[in-house]
Amino acid sequence: MPGEKKTKTVKTIKVDVDKCNGCRACEVICSAFHAAPKYSSNNPERSRIRVIREPLKDVYVPVYAGEYTPAECMGRDKYIIDGKEYDECAFCRASCPSRSLFKEPDSGLPLKCDMCEGEDEPLCVKWCIVDALTYEEREEEVEEGEEMEEMEVGLEALADKFGMDKIRDAMARLSQHKKD
Amino acid sequence: MRYGETGFNLEIDLTTGNIERVETDPRDTELYLGGLGTNAKLIWDRVPPEADAFSPENLLIFASGLLCGTPATGCNRTIVTTISPQTKLMAFSMMGGFWAPELKYAGYDKVIFRGKSPELVYLYINNDKVELRAAEHLRGRGSVETAELIRQELKEPKAQVAAIGMAGENRVFFASIEQGRSSASRGGIGAVMGDKNLKAVVVRGTKDISLARPAEFMELCQEVLEYIKFRNENPVPGVMPILAGLGSPQEMKVHDEKWHTENFSWGNSRTRRKEFWSEEVERDWTETMDKMRTRLISCYNCPMTCGATISPPGMPTYMMKCFSKLTYTMAAFADLEFGLGIAQSATEYGVDGFSAPQVMAFALELLENGILTDEDFPGMPEDNEGRFYWLLDHIVRREGIGDILADGTYWAAQRIGKGAEEYAHNNIKKHEQLPLKLSMLNPIYFIMYATGEKINITQIEGQFPQAPFPKREHREAFVKDWFQVPDEKFKQYFLDWEPRGENSIPYYPTPPMVCDIVDWQERMHYIDDALGMCAGLSSFPLKPPYHIHNYPKFISAGAGYDMDEEKLTQAIKRYRTLVRANNTRRGMRRKDEQPPKDHWKKRFPELEQELLDTYYAFKGWNSDGIPTETTLRELGLDYVADDFIERGILTKDEEAPPQKAAADQEKEA
Repeated sequence: MPGEKKTKTVKTIKVDVDKCNGCRACEVICSAFHAAPKYSSNNPERSRIRVIREPLKDVYVPVYAGEYTPAECMGRDKYIIDGKEYDECAFCRASCPSRSLFKEPDSGLPLKCDMCEGEDEPLCVKWCIVDALTYEEREEEVEEGEEMEEMEVGLEALADKFGMDKIRDAMARLSQHKKD
Repeated sequence: MRYGETGFNLEIDLTTGNIERVETDPRDTELYLGGLGTNAKLIWDRVPPEADAFSPENLLIFASGLLCGTPATGCNRTIVTTISPQTKLMAFSMMGGFWAPELKYAGYDKVIFRGKSPELVYLYINNDKVELRAAEHLRGRGSVETAELIRQELKEPKAQVAAIGMAGENRVFFASIEQGRSSASRGGIGAVMGDKNLKAVVVRGTKDISLARPAEFMELCQEVLEYIKFRNENPVPGVMPILAGLGSPQEMKVHDEKWHTENFSWGNSRTRRKEFWSEEVERDWTETMDKMRTRLISCYNCPMTCGATISPPGMPTYMMKCFSKLTYTMAAFADLEFGLGIAQSATEYGVDGFSAPQVMAFALELLENGILTDEDFPGMPEDNEGRFYWLLDHIVRREGIGDILADGTYWAAQRIGKGAEEYAHNNIKKHEQLPLKLSMLNPIYFIMYATGEKINITQIEGQFPQAPFPKREHREAFVKDWFQVPDEKFKQYFLDWEPRGENSIPYYPTPPMVCDIVDWQERMHYIDDALGMCAGLSSFPLKPPYHIHNYPKFISAGAGYDMDEEKLTQAIKRYRTLVRANNTRRGMRRKDEQPPKDHWKKRFPELEQELLDTYYAFKGWNSDGIPTETTLRELGLDYVADDFIERGILTKDEEAPPQKAAADQEKEA
């Protein structure tokens, strides 16, 4: 029931930016795992984890995709950590309109990390043998809510981009076409 | 559908600006694999032997390897092929980094440049959109700087940029192409790029690379990763650090440089400093490294951290390739702080980290010996380090004496005359080699140095230990888990190899054993250069994760070709022979296959002749080093055989050399 408290296992990937060597193996395996059929192709652009990389500024931040957000941030702040300047986006996991990360390259639909459902641990963690990524589980009390299906997230993103009317029209045309 | 590769090349005519996307023939991939193999075929088909490195007819090919862009760990090398201005032979220099996979994701296997652009340009590939763009505003800019400027200009922070610096623009014979944390340095291919008025090749791709048999391929990848972890935790005992693990991370990570500094030669590849490495030096160098090194970094899809970002005080940050760490230091008899500093300038200028320091030390040696005079170096600072910066600057600008030095030690010595040739004493095939001057002839290395066409011993050696282990029990322990051997006989070769006595260097391993050992080492490197695999995980280390037994499986499952060890071995032999055929057609003969005279103090002329004769016969080459007609036809290289006969390089049905090698004539006289 919505509103009730429930213990939930929260799966996380701990990111140690100091250990990242910038090789992007995480992107390779993520995109391969999510290909259909599984592993049949790979393409970092489809990966749900991306290494934000600016070698000459020593910025190496692996970020895995979080929720889709229809609006971009008002301002984008800069953070200075250990003398290095990071754009706020470097730490943000959202698939958002202001950047190309975490979107399918052909459709523009948002991508979200699913922790490689069905595997013992996310494969990016497994492939990161320099240990910049480690898998952690923790128990958390959360308020139960209804989770949106993957398709709904996609449709909502399309609706935000094109408007509901256009989506309805397209669906109508598509179903007509399929019938023929 | 094509697997592993995309099946398309880009053909760019720089003279006319014409750009075409051309579908390739999958049969060529099956015969020559990809990368180096198919590059060698393109050079054969399209670059006539009369064409000079700096002629519009010369091709400049940027190729990804067959498996680049797939999940195969460490498969990220770009193989750049052209005719070298320095050796006048086929140059094929490789670089790691991120460029080749990005090209695959853009939908191409190779970019083939011909002609010469009337103005300085760069090529921008963004998936299906490919355009030549003006680069005049980038003239004189450093290679790293250029990459940054282009990314900003295109608003494409993820674009991968391979660029030349001022050395390439000015056609310095040892100019490199720089990219990410890597460079294609040997053979002067940066000069060809400059001659073509091409400042950079920029690529961005967002497409898929498909695998033929995904489950099988991923299982192989997983085995490789597991093995890398195992080897990282279990280094090979009893060998120096550089040989104990995989890749070459120790260059940037490990501080013990006793072996390199005491075994390699300093200055103009002459002076061994056997007592150099002291506690004080170790402390100083460790401090320098800790101060300047920001992070250990890797190439695409590889955990090995062989490179580092370096920030010398008061200079911009750059990314260092493994061994440039020491080359400038040792050429100048300086310390590590100097070496890491000048390498920043050298990277921006885009010069080969092996040749450039040697050329500078050579110039100063000529000055010390009166062959050049102070008048040749107007305005050169007094201090040692200042002189090296001055020389580097003049070479890349081709100013004054720098214009002569920019042709490398071999050609510079020819132009200077007055006995300067004696000082250009570290060349094979007119190209500077590692600064090694050793004592006793090593038969394995003799053959590799003499017959290698990669112009770099580190890109030929590997697999087999460089020296016998002191005790038999150590050797027995070593061979126990040595599953990478193509044949059990290699274990016996090694078991019987003693540091002293009858079974020791130079007469052991015997010439036939040397043939097997060298052939195995070379075979692995040639596979890597076709697949785009880094030598650091395959052909260079002892006991690597990639080897002759799993490579055919990777090719079968990845690219979908029906491959086994025998077929793969035959394919390698085919394109290795084709590389040689390209060079044979350009005049390379036995006389060119001589290591530097002073490379070893103790030489054995008769044994050396026997080694060469045996190896040539083993490879199916005649005693002048020319592949025989039988060999060529067996390999399906009939078009080479026909060409050789037409040109009189071979006569019909002849197995003996058309003319005797000079060395043989001497022996008979």
